[in-house]
Amino acid sequence: MTDVEILELTNKVLAEEFELSPNQMKPEASFREDLELDSLDAVDMVVVLEQTFKIKIKKDEAFKSIRTLGDLHAFILAKKEEMGD
Amino acid sequence: MRLNKVVITGLGAVSPFGTGMDALMHGLISGRSGVRAMEELSEIAGLRPRIGGKTPECDAASIPRKFRRSMSAMSIFAVLAANEAVAQAGLEPKEIRSAGTGLSVSSTIGSTNALQAFFSNFLDGMSIEGIRSTEFFKIMNHSCAANLTQYFGITGRVMAPSAACSTGAQAIGLAAEAIAMGRQEIMICGGADELHPLTVGTFDIIEAASTGHNDDPQSAPRPFDAGRDGIVCSDGAGMVVLESLESAQRRGAVILAELAGFASTSDPSNMASPSSDAIKACMNAALKDAKAGPEEVDYVNAHATGTVLGDAAESRAIGELFGDATPVSSLKGHLGHTMAASGALELAATVRMMRDEILVPTRNLEVISPDCKGIEHILKLQDKAITFALKNSFALGGINTSIALRRI
Repeated sequence: MTDVEILELTNKVLAEEFELSPNQMKPEASFREDLELDSLDAVDMVVVLEQTFKIKIKKDEAFKSIRTLGDLHAFILAKKEEMGD
Repeated sequence: MRLNKVVITGLGAVSPFGTGMDALMHGLISGRSGVRAMEELSEIAGLRPRIGGKTPECDAASIPRKFRRSMSAMSIFAVLAANEAVAQAGLEPKEIRSAGTGLSVSSTIGSTNALQAFFSNFLDGMSIEGIRSTEFFKIMNHSCAANLTQYFGITGRVMAPSAACSTGAQAIGLAAEAIAMGRQEIMICGGADELHPLTVGTFDIIEAASTGHNDDPQSAPRPFDAGRDGIVCSDGAGMVVLESLESAQRRGAVILAELAGFASTSDPSNMASPSSDAIKACMNAALKDAKAGPEEVDYVNAHATGTVLGDAAESRAIGELFGDATPVSSLKGHLGHTMAASGALELAATVRMMRDEILVPTRNLEVISPDCKGIEHILKLQDKAITFALKNSFALGGINTSIALRRI
């Protein structure tokens, strides 16, 4: 999977899970303020991303510092790279 | 001791006839049945009933995701019904969020569909991985109450009394008492349930479910009929807005009826088989609470689910208390048994009958069973002014409830 495909898939699964529209999926979008997601949604985001990309996120400290969709994109790409994908 | 008169100012319904009180009343008045064949039940080994009164698709998407994410079907039904009741009562968001407004709503059990999803995952490898954060909020016993509290922003008292098929009536009765005692001015209250094969199976196992009408679903259940063979399970939600008379008058709300009396009594004689003496005692207690005598009652909306023992015991109790001239009907021939919703849905329909001056007959009652005789069964739609009605709801575990309604 290319980096672009990974980012597109990330946006797709988040949009489905949280009922977001494509025009909301901008890298600078803040999860809390712009996308109005809360701590329960963060838990579900981990579940969805772990299932989608077959990665482990739950106890990753770096995940806790994610604030924007762009932060998440960078995190997922780093994770996939780390896993040798 | 009652400090305040309690009145009904809003009604809401989600039923096998669809969303809204008008859909409910149209179905009842036109004599339709909400019972359908349920092919999915045939996939379950050992389960005999193949019919049910499943609520049709409703507008769940109108509930914002933030609230909907923790709701199973029963909470969605309850929100939609409560929205209707609140709108009819003319309650503003500020009034709903004030400390004077409380909530009393429950179901027979938390969402069995959510429980099934949880345990399917859990038992498959003893894992909780992949379970969503909001799953437990659908399973907990006060799921409906908690979800409606968040949705409406309730800050007053919230109660989730659960008593199987008496749940809706008990939730309304206890809400009325909170108002009568001056603890709350307004209560949004009722009951809700969602159909799952466990419910159908429960009644099948104890030989209380209809099994002989799978080929003709709309001919069951048959309350009071000689050919009755048990309950048909359904789902939905009934919600009402109660408030003190003073609150309703101050707000200029239309008063639909007075909730004049309530009784919740228990029958320790048997877990599943009701005694007519206990039913009579419950109806008597509700009348006493309303400071009314049996002669004032001009309609009894029976619990009558279509079981052999339950209908006979209720008929005997009604006959002994009211004689053979007080009209009686059960709405379960149209709706099936909507479980925790039944007391609230059928009470809401009774209030509408009082407003519209009609009496809905018992659907599927063709040959009155010998053990259900001695009371005035309604067999056809009638025009009748009802001043005082009694609504019965009884439950497994021997939890009986009666609510007295007075037109004012």
